[in-house]
Amino acid sequence: MNMNVIRWQRPVLANWPNLDRLTGLRAELDRFFETPLAELARNSQVFSGWSPALDLYEDSDKFTVHVELPGMNKEDIDISLHGGSLSISGERKVEEKHESSEAYRSERYVGRFQRSVHLPAPVAGDRVTAQYKDGVLTVTLPKAEEAKAKQISVQEG
Amino acid sequence: MKSVTEDRTTNGTTSRSNGFIGPAVDVYETEDGYVLTAEMPGVNKDGLEVTLEGTEITIIGRRNQLERTGESLIQERLNADYRRVFELDPAIDTARISARVDKGILTLTLPKSEKVKPRKIKVKE
Repeated sequence: MNMNVIRWQRPVLANWPNLDRLTGLRAELDRFFETPLAELARNSQVFSGWSPALDLYEDSDKFTVHVELPGMNKEDIDISLHGGSLSISGERKVEEKHESSEAYRSERYVGRFQRSVHLPAPVAGDRVTAQYKDGVLTVTLPKAEEAKAKQISVQEG
Repeated sequence: MKSVTEDRTTNGTTSRSNGFIGPAVDVYETEDGYVLTAEMPGVNKDGLEVTLEGTEITIIGRRNQLERTGESLIQERLNADYRRVFELDPAIDTARISARVDKGILTLTLPKSEKVKPRKIKVKE
């Protein structure tokens, strides 16, 4: 089935689908049958803005957060820690040459994103590190000393 | 007008427990041809497979292993590889298709055949 391609104009509100998204909409429908609903609701441009996928792990001495942020410039990613919550935000801009070209399919998000995650134990803020590799941001948050699990030895009494 | 690239993805098989998911894709036209960008976070050059069969192009991105350090408190990333199939417009010169991957984005450059491009014809006296 051929889709007629209408000249695509960047919408003012990136969240609103418009007629030009017919080709994107067809892909959305394909995705309904490929992805679990929770994943679809989060990622679908028809339903909401950009909410990058996030994983949080905890082991005995640190938390690790992974966020999928393909195609970002490191400088455009903001990471902050406040009141026991880690906040990751930023903006993805369209490459300049893309702006003036005619788009046939436009599924990727452009614009701002923001994710916050509450950490269930205190962390050492000055020892937090972050790495961006192959489009995945990894933030490592060592736990504060008092939060680490400690062995308590039993004394003979 | 035939669309530049038509999605021809059907089910594929993979060793990953969650199978394949289709990456989000942008396709746009430039003076010399088309550019397709696909989002495949966690995929680098080693995991990328682009195959051309006639006018059908298949892009597969096998992602780096999901690192699991400890107990999982939030799990949103899918342990799946990426796969999508497209039917290419015959105007594309398949011999000159090039691919590169950077920061989890695959960029496929699909140049148009020279003979398809508009060309000025000199008028002789």
